[in-house]
Amino acid sequence: MKQGLALQLGKDSPEYTDEVSMVEMNKENMEQMGLQDGGQVQLRTEHGEVTVRCRSSTALPQGVLFMPYGPPANTLIGPDTGSTGMPDSKGIEVELVSRTKSQ
Amino acid sequence: MRIENVVCAFCGSLCDDIEVTVEDGQIVKLAKACAIARSLFMNYRKNLAKPMVGGREVSLEVCIEETVSILAQARYPLIYGLSSTTCEAQRKAIELAELVGGSIDSTSSVCHGPTTLALQVVGEVTCTLGEIKNRADLVVFWGCNPADSHSAHMARYSVSARGYFTPNGRRDRTIVVVDVRHTPTARAADIFLQVKPNQDYECLSALRTILKGEKLDADEVGGLPIGALVELAERMKKCRFGILFFGMGLTMTKGKYLNTSAALSLVRDLNRFTKFTAMPMRGHFNVAGSDATLTWQTGYPYAVNFSRGYPQYNPGEFSAVDILARREADAALILASDPMASLPYHASHYLEEIPTIVIDPKRSMTTKVAKVVIPTAMAGISAEGTAYRMDNIPIRLRKVVDSPYPSDKEVLDKIIEGVKQCSG
Repeated sequence: MKQGLALQLGKDSPEYTDEVSMVEMNKENMEQMGLQDGGQVQLRTEHGEVTVRCRSSTALPQGVLFMPYGPPANTLIGPDTGSTGMPDSKGIEVELVSRTKSQ
Repeated sequence: MRIENVVCAFCGSLCDDIEVTVEDGQIVKLAKACAIARSLFMNYRKNLAKPMVGGREVSLEVCIEETVSILAQARYPLIYGLSSTTCEAQRKAIELAELVGGSIDSTSSVCHGPTTLALQVVGEVTCTLGEIKNRADLVVFWGCNPADSHSAHMARYSVSARGYFTPNGRRDRTIVVVDVRHTPTARAADIFLQVKPNQDYECLSALRTILKGEKLDADEVGGLPIGALVELAERMKKCRFGILFFGMGLTMTKGKYLNTSAALSLVRDLNRFTKFTAMPMRGHFNVAGSDATLTWQTGYPYAVNFSRGYPQYNPGEFSAVDILARREADAALILASDPMASLPYHASHYLEEIPTIVIDPKRSMTTKVAKVVIPTAMAGISAEGTAYRMDNIPIRLRKVVDSPYPSDKEVLDKIIEGVKQCSG
């Protein structure tokens, strides 16, 4: 919802940039890694890497991350579509490294 | 002046009961609008694009001349986008693609393209949103989250709407959500089943197996206990009118069209027991219209190529991500879309290396890298036209305020005229 609202303000608006530069993580996973809300994490796949803020979530099981669709998420997604036109955009393996403990 | 029954051109629900108050040529007040519609209408003047060539502001005529020159010289142009404009503009974009012998693809290929592939194989038992409002007593949302993405959908059609055979609204319906995460839609559900990532196909196949009366030799499938799957299968068989809404949770994960094939097959199988229907949750307001218009004009729904002078269809070959990732196109015309924000980096950034033209009312990540930017009147606010709702019902978009710029269709008309003159 926040992404949809921010979209109307423009993709160069701080609201949009803020919303898509975020990853949600399981709360216990964050505690195990010593991360707090707003902490910076680096996400890496074979296609690229990006540093974003993390936000705790009780909606996600352990080991699963959620990112809103946008330029940071698309840095991690590869262009291979397996002859379908659709790249693997969800359910992809991501390596996560903590950049700061908290803010 | 208060204008009633205005259509919101944001998502595939195409709500057509918005009330807009216009004073001195500007929208000043809205009623019956969801939060996103409110933001769309009230911010329509923000972030507007200007006519630009090579980063310099020029007249609209210069933009069109430059576009004609780029397209007339290109050997393999790509036309991409289409889903956030009218069917009339889509039709013109297809005419232009044929004229220049290029490829044309809509955002459908990175949205419900895998659903289209599945329904070409399986078929689709479907209905209208009106039938769901009036009849559905079991609503399953699988891999979609309308509470965030289609915020009026649940109140107007699928969850709390009161209909002819559902006079008590929410109390007359059972809501089931199957998803990887406990979404805001899941919070409104009676039953939430948390599937493991990339295991939707297994769960859908397990449900089909149970429906056939077979026993599964497992305790769980895809993170769901067999008991929960048996209970869901029974609930589906016994409902009066069921609907399975599904979204990117099926199309964007591993399996893609195999996931959606399994979903459509499950719904087909359920019709041995009761009336059950399926519907993809279409995102952009006229993405269903882009499938319809392309099919009407070329015989194919997306990923269409005209390089041989007649339409060829091949997702994976003529789809935008593949063409850009393989660096095949030598020019691109982007219509009402923002691929720099929405396609994978290694595909979209090729647009920076070729002459890219963007036709869009608003600035975007793609207008920043485009050689030519052509601003247009915003469909549904400053331009009228036809759009198809997610259930393939065509609805007429209204114009409520003027724009200094022509519509997408009018701009494409001028480009087509210019290209025809160039080619003699």
